[in-house]
Amino acid sequence: MTDIQYKAAKTVREACTLMAAADGKGRILAGGTDLLVQMKAGTVAPGVIIDVKKIPEMVSIAKTKGGFRIGAATPAAAIGEHEELCKAWPGVVEAINLIGSTQVQGRASAGGNLCNASPAADSVPALVAAGAIVNIQGPSGKRQVPVEQFNTGPGRTSLANGEIVVSLTLPARPKGSSDAYLRLIPRTEMDIAVVGCGVSLTMKGDTCVAARVGLGAVAPTVLLVEDAAKALVGTKLEDAALDAAAEACSAACRPIDDKRGTIRYRTKIAGVLLKRAAAIARDRVNGISTQAH
Amino acid sequence: MAKIHVTTTINGAPTEFLCDANQTLLDVLRDQLGLTGSKEGCGSGDCGACSVTVNGRLVCSCLVLAPEAEGAKVETIEGMADGDKLHPLQKKFVEMAALQCGICTPGFLVASRALLERNLNPTETEVRYWLAGNLCRCTGYDKIVSAVLDVAAEMRAAGVKEAAQ
Amino acid sequence: MSKPQYKWIGTRPDRPDGADKVTGRARFGADFNLPGQLVGKVLRSPHAHARIRSIDTSAAEALPGVKAVVTAADFPEQADLIVPTGEMQVNLRDITRNIMAREKALYEGHAVAAVAATSEAIAKQALGLIKVDYEVLPHVIDVAEAMKPDAPILHESLRTEGANPPATTASNIAKRIEFKKGDTAAGFAQAEVVIERDYSTQAVHQGYIEPHAALASASEDGQVQLWSTTQGHFQVRGFCSRLLNIETSQIRVTATEIGGGFGGKTVVYLEPVAIRLSQKSGKPVKMVMSREEVFRASGPAPGGNVKVKIGATKDGRIVAAECTVEMQAGAFPGSPVGPACMCSYACYDIDNIHIVGFDVVSNRPKVAAYRAPGAPISAWAVESTIDILAQRLSMDPIDLRLMNAAKKGTKTAYGVTFNTIGMVETLEAVKNSDHYKTPVKPGYARGVAAGFWFNVGADSSAAAHVGEDGTVTVISGNPDIGGSRASLALMAAEELGVDYNKVRPVIADTASIGFNFVTGGSRVTFATGLAVVNSVRDLIRELKVRAAKIWNVDPEGVMWENGVAKPAGSNVGEFEPLSIAQLAAQAGRTGGPINGHAQLNVTGAGPGFGVHVADLKVDSDTGVVTVGRYTAAQDVGTAIHPSYVEGQLQGGAVQGIGWALNEEYIYNTKGKLENPGFLDYRMPVASDLPMIETILVEVPNPTHPYGVRGVGEVPIVPPTAAIGNAIARATGIRMTDLPMSPPKLSEALDTATPRMAAE
Repeated sequence: MTDIQYKAAKTVREACTLMAAADGKGRILAGGTDLLVQMKAGTVAPGVIIDVKKIPEMVSIAKTKGGFRIGAATPAAAIGEHEELCKAWPGVVEAINLIGSTQVQGRASAGGNLCNASPAADSVPALVAAGAIVNIQGPSGKRQVPVEQFNTGPGRTSLANGEIVVSLTLPARPKGSSDAYLRLIPRTEMDIAVVGCGVSLTMKGDTCVAARVGLGAVAPTVLLVEDAAKALVGTKLEDAALDAAAEACSAACRPIDDKRGTIRYRTKIAGVLLKRAAAIARDRVNGISTQAH
Repeated sequence: MAKIHVTTTINGAPTEFLCDANQTLLDVLRDQLGLTGSKEGCGSGDCGACSVTVNGRLVCSCLVLAPEAEGAKVETIEGMADGDKLHPLQKKFVEMAALQCGICTPGFLVASRALLERNLNPTETEVRYWLAGNLCRCTGYDKIVSAVLDVAAEMRAAGVKEAAQ
Repeated sequence: MSKPQYKWIGTRPDRPDGADKVTGRARFGADFNLPGQLVGKVLRSPHAHARIRSIDTSAAEALPGVKAVVTAADFPEQADLIVPTGEMQVNLRDITRNIMAREKALYEGHAVAAVAATSEAIAKQALGLIKVDYEVLPHVIDVAEAMKPDAPILHESLRTEGANPPATTASNIAKRIEFKKGDTAAGFAQAEVVIERDYSTQAVHQGYIEPHAALASASEDGQVQLWSTTQGHFQVRGFCSRLLNIETSQIRVTATEIGGGFGGKTVVYLEPVAIRLSQKSGKPVKMVMSREEVFRASGPAPGGNVKVKIGATKDGRIVAAECTVEMQAGAFPGSPVGPACMCSYACYDIDNIHIVGFDVVSNRPKVAAYRAPGAPISAWAVESTIDILAQRLSMDPIDLRLMNAAKKGTKTAYGVTFNTIGMVETLEAVKNSDHYKTPVKPGYARGVAAGFWFNVGADSSAAAHVGEDGTVTVISGNPDIGGSRASLALMAAEELGVDYNKVRPVIADTASIGFNFVTGGSRVTFATGLAVVNSVRDLIRELKVRAAKIWNVDPEGVMWENGVAKPAGSNVGEFEPLSIAQLAAQAGRTGGPINGHAQLNVTGAGPGFGVHVADLKVDSDTGVVTVGRYTAAQDVGTAIHPSYVEGQLQGGAVQGIGWALNEEYIYNTKGKLENPGFLDYRMPVASDLPMIETILVEVPNPTHPYGVRGVGEVPIVPPTAAIGNAIARATGIRMTDLPMSPPKLSEALDTATPRMAAE
């Protein structure tokens, strides 16, 4: 016997009502790959578990005006199977598809990854680079937040009581755009990112005309590194430009020493990954397909 | 808080059980339904020994809440053989000594079958990355990977379109 | 020497437990349940070092659903008595304290109390109600720190054994040992090249996927039944008997199928606790460790510091070798510093050797065996140094080792003279291998290392019973951790001359077969194999007696060949051969049931030598290592079931690769383990590795009827240095500390100027 309740919501409104009524003791269940681990570890003790996977808009991918709306609880594996999304946003997709093992991919979601607010979350740097918008619904209605403003610290989001993340919007893509996400992990799989870097580029010919850089696991939240983007825009992404952008990433880092990496290492790798991710994004624009591994 | 009544399908059989909100599917399979083939190696989704499929998706059952099984199709290792006929993967694992202690074997078999159902022509690298979430400490993975590749080849040769029998 | 032609030995039939293992039918420790069972849970110390002033269990005992609570008060005091356990030695006085803390909590995770309740939730709640009054003490984690005179002392009564002059004050150094051969001072005087280096390793865990599990059922009449996932159920029986003052015949232990052990399941943690809880509650008690408990509170392998000094002449002859090993024991004495010292130079024929070892306690879990315990740590240091020597002398690393290889007649530093061994043959097999003959791919570099393990014999009992239809059951008592059932059946079939599928191997519980020492020490195929062979020979003797009765001849006139009894010569008479089935059909008339049995203490275990080759590349920007090709060669005696022998080489090699690259126990400044899970205790995953090629060199062990040598442990000894040597050749950096994880390798790459690693 337990006091914990489980409720499967059928609509977003119902989920919000349940969350609000739980008065801080509610937890959204998408894939459960963070929630269940935390419940077992005792770091989270929900009063009500609100399963949102029966809400169609939260587990589906829809095309919008040139962009995409990804349901927050859509399993990563389903995202990886969406051909058009893969073509338009290979970096976002590969980032989401790097969250954990194949088994975890069968459940984990971008919304869950974002709301768990780990500084090392794999999906977030790519979403930041993509300029993703977070679609939120709560008792007071709907609102939208740029993804780089959504998390406020490790494990902390800007959601008010009763609010949930319903979906993520990826904007329309100018021609000549692509993106890439790279992470540094000690093994080849199954590790939390020591550093994660997402780069989104728009090229006109061989000149970069727009760029966004997201950097993860090097600060309390994922960083939008505008200086790195500035160092790339207007260049032909030659070595000097990449080096400058890399240095901007290293300079923007505020990492910690922990069981996964040192300050020194993370600072260095931030720059290394920027260069490699930018090169992959550029290659993808040019039709050269590159797997991150 | 009263227990939750769940109606589901496990290995093709209609199944009902009562559970708490915070029990995992793995807990219920092992402790209530007598299906101890799925193993708990870590309880945190890091080892894959509890692998099952839910609605055709490969997942760690230790990361699925039991109430989520409502209306779902769950497939465990116990459903892999067809009566007394072993699945080609099961046969090949024994033939090629792709197991030593055997604790990870159910997880690997469920995961491998899920792979071959999607891709009957995986490269060695694809097999290794697909199975990266299944830890094995005894074999060094070599014979497991070889077994999966061999079965894939045999199934392709036999003209099988998907690994589901 | 030509290879014997066997009918069954050397083939690859299906293992007898295969169908059960691939269908989920096989039952491992946590798969057993009894009606009415309670859930047992352990309360563990949050402090690395603390005096336990008092424990108040009253609130826990009063909680509805709680049926029993135990603390150290429920376990009798034990004498200061050492008992062998697997390849290690443990002291009962220490073991009773390890399973349940008495005066002190000596590591974070140390058991201080346990409860049995009707559900896991209630058990966990009960733990929260137990009040322990701790006096937190300063702690020490690191070996070097623990050896310092001002270090916090774990055991006030501990005096360094082997200290000269004898120790008079308390120390964390439990023991000093020394091995000498010849005169190293004279040897170094002759040396034209001397290499000296210091190395370190961190604690690692065996990493078995199945957590410890035990189910105990105590009856009102004093009998106890226990199911345990263990490498040695007789060992478990013995421990529980002593730790609880129960006669061994009152305890019946069934070894469940075991999900990995590698040495870590040769000791007890939960079993005595589960039994005591069952006795107190009158109900069966089931206890399963969580993964976190496995890391915090079972027995990892030690880390250590090793100093090596090797002297050689310019042509590569090693003339003197020294090594000092400081090894972690964890909270109680008993690290495998002995084997670490003994194995350190065992691969080589060196005239002058001097080895000193220290067994050092610190506030960590008590170490347990892990596949060739101790040897990988000294091998990391010695084999890296030999590689430096090879580079310094511009010699091929295989040739350098061939020049100095141990052979039959080589006397080791620990006094044993080798009989027939396979070090030279294994080196030559590597030298002639496809891997070694293939040029290293661009961007990659190659490392070579060797390794040694003694392998053990010890006690085994076996029986062979003939069924009414002539099929044979072969009974022994060693849990099967790697396919040994199949190998035992192969040897029995070979000996009997019948089809492998007519021989059914069974692993009996402690009440149903004579004593068997643990599954460990690479001993089962060798020692239990010998017991099985002998029990079958005893069976054959009896079968011949029965045939003689039927033919009315002297038993001396009967021979056994290809599974049938025949007249030994035409002078005995003209009789049709009699099969086992035919003899079984007449068993009642010729003397009754037909059984054979054997029990022995086996000596003559053949030592094993391994040589590994690793090709890898290093990402110089990130320090990430990719292993591209790996070969493990080893003298395996006779490969009874080659697939499972290959499996031992592959599994051990991959554990070694993990040890080399990413595995380590990470402690914070409070003495708490930071990575007690598979997420941050980073064992190799499938995508990290290439195929592991194996070369089985068969140099039969002359003391075994089928030439068996133990094979399971040697493979974990060479990999760390093979990887380190390849990294040195790839980068010019000689790493001396394990693991060579990306942040550490990256830092070394950035700070060192690339230069020849020998400097």
